[in-house]
Amino acid sequence: MKYIDEFRSHDLAEKLAAAITRESATGRDYHVMEFCGGHTHAIFRYGVQDMMPANVHFVHGPGCPVCVLPVRRLDDAVELAERHNVLLCTYGDMMRVPGTKQRSLIRAKADGADIRMVYSTQDALKIARENPDRQIVFFAIGFETTTPPTAVAIIQAQKEGIENFSVFCNHVLTPAAIQHILQSPEVRDLGTVTIDGFLGPSHVSSVIGSQPYEFFTEEFQKPVVIAGFEPLDVMQSTLMLLRQINEGRHEVENEYKRVVNPEGNLKAQSIVAEVFELRSEFEWRGLGLVPYSALRIRDAYAAFDAEKRFGLSEKQSREVKSCECPAILRGVKKPTDCKLFGTVCTPDTPMGSCMVSSEGACAAYWTYGRYRSAQPEKSSKKGIAA
Amino acid sequence: MNAFDPSITDNANKIDMTHGSGGRAMASLIRDLFHKHLVNPHLSAGNDGAVLELPPGRIVVSTDGHVISPLFFPGGDIGCLAVHGTVNDVAMMGAKPLYLTAGFILEEGFPIPDLERIISSMAGAARDAGVHVVTGDTKVVEKGKGDGVFITTTGVGVVGDNIRLQGDLARPGDKILVSGTLGDHGVAILSTRQNLEFETEIRSDTAALHGLVAVMLEAVPDIRVLRDPTRGGLAATLNEIAQQSHVGMILDERFVPIKPDVAAACELLGLDPLYVANEGKLIAICPASEAQSLCDVMRGHPHGADAAIVGEVVEDQANMVQMRTKFGGARVVDWIAGEQLPRIC
Repeated sequence: MKYIDEFRSHDLAEKLAAAITRESATGRDYHVMEFCGGHTHAIFRYGVQDMMPANVHFVHGPGCPVCVLPVRRLDDAVELAERHNVLLCTYGDMMRVPGTKQRSLIRAKADGADIRMVYSTQDALKIARENPDRQIVFFAIGFETTTPPTAVAIIQAQKEGIENFSVFCNHVLTPAAIQHILQSPEVRDLGTVTIDGFLGPSHVSSVIGSQPYEFFTEEFQKPVVIAGFEPLDVMQSTLMLLRQINEGRHEVENEYKRVVNPEGNLKAQSIVAEVFELRSEFEWRGLGLVPYSALRIRDAYAAFDAEKRFGLSEKQSREVKSCECPAILRGVKKPTDCKLFGTVCTPDTPMGSCMVSSEGACAAYWTYGRYRSAQPEKSSKKGIAA
Repeated sequence: MNAFDPSITDNANKIDMTHGSGGRAMASLIRDLFHKHLVNPHLSAGNDGAVLELPPGRIVVSTDGHVISPLFFPGGDIGCLAVHGTVNDVAMMGAKPLYLTAGFILEEGFPIPDLERIISSMAGAARDAGVHVVTGDTKVVEKGKGDGVFITTTGVGVVGDNIRLQGDLARPGDKILVSGTLGDHGVAILSTRQNLEFETEIRSDTAALHGLVAVMLEAVPDIRVLRDPTRGGLAATLNEIAQQSHVGMILDERFVPIKPDVAAACELLGLDPLYVANEGKLIAICPASEAQSLCDVMRGHPHGADAAIVGEVVEDQANMVQMRTKFGGARVVDWIAGEQLPRIC
C-alpha cells in the first residue's frame, strides 16, 4: 500500500535499530514515555520493542482517551441512555468499558437502552436529523484530535436548528496531563518513575502544533520529540530522543514534519475556542483531579450541552478493587504488575479501561503477547486465552 | 408456473401475518415464489419432507443460520450467501454437497419483490453449485421481531471413505495455506453499513468452494484440515484449529494475501484484516512435502488464483498463533475479544 509500506520497511527498521543500539551504548538506561496510546499500539503491533536494546525502555503514558475517562463519567453516560431515554451515540471503544459494578454501555444496550456505535460526529448528527422525535446525545471523548469535529457538529446543529442533538463533553487536553505527570510525587520526589523524555503525540500536534510543549521542556528540562505513528516514526523519534538525552539537550523536536508545524491547525483551534472553554479541573482515571485539563461547552452553546439538558444524578461510582489501571496510567506499574491481569481481567472480561481499548497498555500487552516474556509460567499453564 | 400475483396480499406486495398462517396466502407464496425459483422434483412434490437417494460414502450434514445486514451487498445477498455458507461447511469436510434445506423467517412488512430477488439469487447459487433445495419452511414474525429475512440452511453431502479431514489433525511441521485474499467480504459489508458508508470497489467474495476442494483432494488426498475462515477471519479459525490440534502456528505476514483496497479500508477503519470475515476462502493445512504442489493446484482453480502458503504449524504448549511481521518483529494473533471495534484516534 503506497504511503504506508514505506513507513513499515524492514530494511530501514534494521538500520534504525542498529543506530539506536550505537547511540544507547553508554552503560545507562533510557526511559522514554510514549504519552499516546496510539504509540503504545504501534510499538506492540509491529514488534518495535523487540528491536530495541535491553537498556531502552518504553513507559506507557495516559494518552488513551478511553482509559483516562473516570468511572463516574461512564456511569453518567449509562444513566443518560437508560434513565433519560436518549439515543446515545458513542465511539466503539467506549462500549465495553466497565463502569461501576461492571455495568458497561454494551450491557445497557442488551437491556434495551438505545446505544449506537458511530465513527464520527457527523454520523450522530445524521441520526439526529433522521430521528426528530428522539433526543440524540453524542458521547464525546478524546484529546485535541477528536475535539474539532465535536465543535463542528455543535456549530452545525445550531445553524441547522437540530434541537434534539446534544453533546456529553469529556474532551481532555494533552499538555496539562503531561505537566501533571512531571509534577507528580512519583516523578518529582520519590523517583519511583524515571522519565528521561517524551514521544509527543503527533496527531494532537497536528491540531495544537509543537509550541505548547516548549514550556515544559524548559520548565522540567525533559526533551520531547513529536513522533508519527508508523513504526519507523517511533524508531526514528526514539533515536532523536536518545541523542538529545546524550547531548544534555531538552528541546521540542519534530519528527512528524510531514504533518506537524509549530503553530498547528489554526482553523481547528479557532473552531474549538469558539465552542469550548477550559474547565477549572477535571477528573482523570489514574491522575485524579487535574487543573485546567479538560473542556466544557461555552454558555453560547449551552443548548447543546447534555449535562445541562439532562440533570445527571450524584453517584457513588467505584472502580474494581485491586484494578491497577490508575497506577499503570501514571507509568508507575506495568500491566503484569496487576494481579488481575490475565487472570480475571482479559480482553473478554475487562475489569478496567486499560484492558478494553486497543490503545490501552493492558490490552496491548495482552493482545500482542508481551506478557509471555514477562510471565512465561502463566501463558503455558492456561493456554492461548490466558 | 404463474407469475407472482400481488393481489393475494392485502398489503400491496408486502409480507403480512397471513403469509405464515397456513392459509391460502401462505400456499400462494410458497407456490409462486419458492417453487417457481427453486424448481426440482423433491420440492415440487409438496410433501412434508424429501426422500433422498445418496451415492455410496459417508454422509456429511451441516447447518448454518444467516442473519446478515444489509440483505443486499456488493457482490451478493443473503440468498446466495445462505447457499454458499452451508455448501462450504459441507465441502470443508471433503464432501460433495448434494442437497439443501432452507428455513425462512420473514418479518411482517418485508417487500415481496425483495424476497423474490433473494429466492432467485438463492436458486442461481444452488444451480451453479449443483445442489437442490429439497425442502423448506416459512414463518412470519411480527414487525420489529425480525430484521427482514433470516435464512437457515442445512446441507447434506457425501464424502469418500478415504478422506479424513478434521480440526484436530494439524501436526508440527505442517504448512498453512489460504486460497486467496482475506477480508473482502467483511469490508464489502462494512462499506454499506448504515453510518459507515464509504465508496469502494470491493465486493464480497461469497462463492461455493466444493469445486476447489475436489481438485485439491484429488491432488493431495492427505490434506489434514480444511476450514472456511468466516466470522472472526483467519485469526479466529487458526486459533480454533490450534486448540483442537494442541499445536501452535506461526504466520509470515509477507505472504498473507490482502487486496490493497481491503488493506486501505482496514487502515482507515482501524481494523485488522486477519480478523475480518470471508465467505469464499478456505484454509488448508497439509504436510510440508505436499504444500507447494497443493498451492499450485489451488492457483489453477478460479477460486484459488491467489492461493499462498502463509505459515506453518509448530509445537507450542500454549497453542498460540503468532505472526512474524513484515516490519521485522513478532506478535501474537489472539482470539478477538467481542466485536472488532474501530479505534478513535
